[in-house]
Amino acid sequence: MALIEIRDLARAYELDSGRVVALDGVSLDIDEGDMVAVMGPSGSGKSTLMNLLGCLDRPTGGLYRLAGVPVETLDKDGLAALRNRRIGFVFQQFNLLPRTDALGNVELPMIYAGVDRRTRREKALRALARVGLSERAHHRPTQLSGGQQQRVAIARALVNDPSLLLADEPTGALDSRTALEILALFQELNREGVTLVLVTHDADVGRHARRVVRFRDGRIVEDRRQEPLDARVALEAMTRETAA
Amino acid sequence: MPLIEAFRSALSAITANALRSGLTMLGIVIGVAAVIAMVAIGSGARNLVDQQIRSLGANLAVITPGNVTQGGARLGAGAASTLTDEDALAIKREIEGVTAAAPFVRGQAQVVQGAQNWSTGVFAIDEDWFVAREWSVAQGREFDPDEIRRGEIVVLLGQTVARNLFGDEDPVDKTVRVRNVPFRVIGVMAPKGQSAFGQDQDDAIFVPLDAGRRRVIGRNYAKDRSVGSVFVKFEREEDIAPGIQRIEALLRQRHRLGADQENDFATRNLTEIANTAAASANTLSWLLAAVAAVSLMVGGIGIMNIMLVSVTERTREIGLRLAVGARPRDILGQFLIEATTLATLGGAVGVAIGVGAAYAVANMAGWPSLVSPEAIAVAVLFSGLVGVFFGFYPARRAAALDPIEALRRE
Ligand SMILES: Nc1ncnc2c1ncn2[C@@H]1O[C@H](COP(=O)(O)OP(=O)(O)OP(=O)(O)O)[C@@H](O)[C@H]1O
Ligand SMILES: [Mg+2]
Repeated sequence: MALIEIRDLARAYELDSGRVVALDGVSLDIDEGDMVAVMGPSGSGKSTLMNLLGCLDRPTGGLYRLAGVPVETLDKDGLAALRNRRIGFVFQQFNLLPRTDALGNVELPMIYAGVDRRTRREKALRALARVGLSERAHHRPTQLSGGQQQRVAIARALVNDPSLLLADEPTGALDSRTALEILALFQELNREGVTLVLVTHDADVGRHARRVVRFRDGRIVEDRRQEPLDARVALEAMTRETAA
Repeated sequence: MPLIEAFRSALSAITANALRSGLTMLGIVIGVAAVIAMVAIGSGARNLVDQQIRSLGANLAVITPGNVTQGGARLGAGAASTLTDEDALAIKREIEGVTAAAPFVRGQAQVVQGAQNWSTGVFAIDEDWFVAREWSVAQGREFDPDEIRRGEIVVLLGQTVARNLFGDEDPVDKTVRVRNVPFRVIGVMAPKGQSAFGQDQDDAIFVPLDAGRRRVIGRNYAKDRSVGSVFVKFEREEDIAPGIQRIEALLRQRHRLGADQENDFATRNLTEIANTAAASANTLSWLLAAVAAVSLMVGGIGIMNIMLVSVTERTREIGLRLAVGARPRDILGQFLIEATTLATLGGAVGVAIGVGAAYAVANMAGWPSLVSPEAIAVAVLFSGLVGVFFGFYPARRAAALDPIEALRRE
């Protein structure tokens, strides 16, 4: 069964200057364990789709089922619970709490899940270990590099064991090497079973996904599967080059 | 979100902007300090009145001789006393609700015992004194009516005098010399402590009225039967005011004053004086209460303002929290707790300052310090309520934020 099922999903904004259709009747299934790159020009509706997939926004038309749950039927608290347990977000700007250390940031979703303090600490440390940041647990965001901050954000997204990881331009603020490291991490997580949808402008980033969905003017114009590049291989090549 | 987490997050937000938080708390600090000081001063004043009444005797009026006009020339007060012990007797006999009328004369004398001598106040009294002042003996006995009538040369010592002249010895049946007259000590008065005006009331001796007038205090009083003042004790507090009016009529009649003549005596309701003192302390209390109310209000608005700023500054944080699963009510709770923590911290600082001020005022006024734990609890609780009340609107705004809009905000 598909983890994500959307049918004729639409999102329009009513503005004084007229109606803006950001998403114009999109139908899409995404299977569990897939890794999908959502691509397309600026303004084509990629972020709009992600917000709808992440239950941060409500569609103006169409249907959306996440793991069989019809999202339209949920109220605000129901959506919050769904985001909390089933979805992890990774943002371009990381969005870490500035006054809180890495560990505290990773614990945040579990606070809202009502997880007790000890378990929270254990799971957060495990999530940080998973993204390779065990020694940075007590660093604040300002004491971390961009790549490290994004790893913390990924650990935070993973900590409640979500079925779906949504990343809107996760490498947009990173240099190409760090971006590759993050992609390698994503691929590793995907191999472990995490379903991933990531938005990118960058065709090189898109090459690392199993499936590419291309948008234009709020509609899907291309949907294809591909053999993904392995980010680890590219990283090793890069390391060799620098060494030489 | 569990309370403890919200509280931790609140503390971290407050300390992150320590200066701003401190300035924001100022209104609450002043308000609470004023509340604490108000309550302390109010109850201090009430206590003072109680103490005054207790040490003087309840339901007491005092009559003093006043302006004597002789042939158009007004003589100074006390030049010749117009009040006699017969007036006192008449008051006791004829005025309803009077339980005692104690005439007395006050003087000063050197009391000698062996090699010791002590200068002290001398009260020439009659047996009503003990009733009016609610003051009896600790050792020995009171004067009996015969001793008073005959003006016998016996004396009761105040505690301070007894201690200074006799130390640990029992003074009863010993002799002391006052103005070279040997007085036999028949007892020692019970300790009374300080008067409302800070005098040691135990630093005095007491002799029968006539003995005092004739032998100790001076000829002025001995000639006629005049006295220095009369304490009049009433049965009930509400008897005092009408009783005083009747006493005035009685005395005018006894002193044969014409309708155009002023009173040659003065009456004072001591309970009323005590109540007036309490009333002015009450006025101060109300003033402080007004200051407290205004500054709690201003403090509350300050908190609301700073919380609105904080919500705006932390819009992205709110968006992020919503994205990772916070419900609107979690956000509401978080900001409410932050406002309440801020206000309560302000309240705690205010309590500290208020307690300090209360002690300072009590010290200056010579009251016992009266900071009640209840007042502290109420003040802290109240400042917390101010936080909840004024924090609610900003918290509501935070909780109503749209997660996407919030995340997009810079
Ligand atoms: N809150 C909004 N109000 C009005 N119009 C909006 C709003 N959000 C998005 N839009 C419009 O919806 C369309 C799609 O926007 P969206 O953010 O999904 O684009 P995008 O594909 O993510 O672009 P980019 O690659 O630049 O991030 C755009 O035309 C945009 O102007
Ligand atoms: Mg976008």
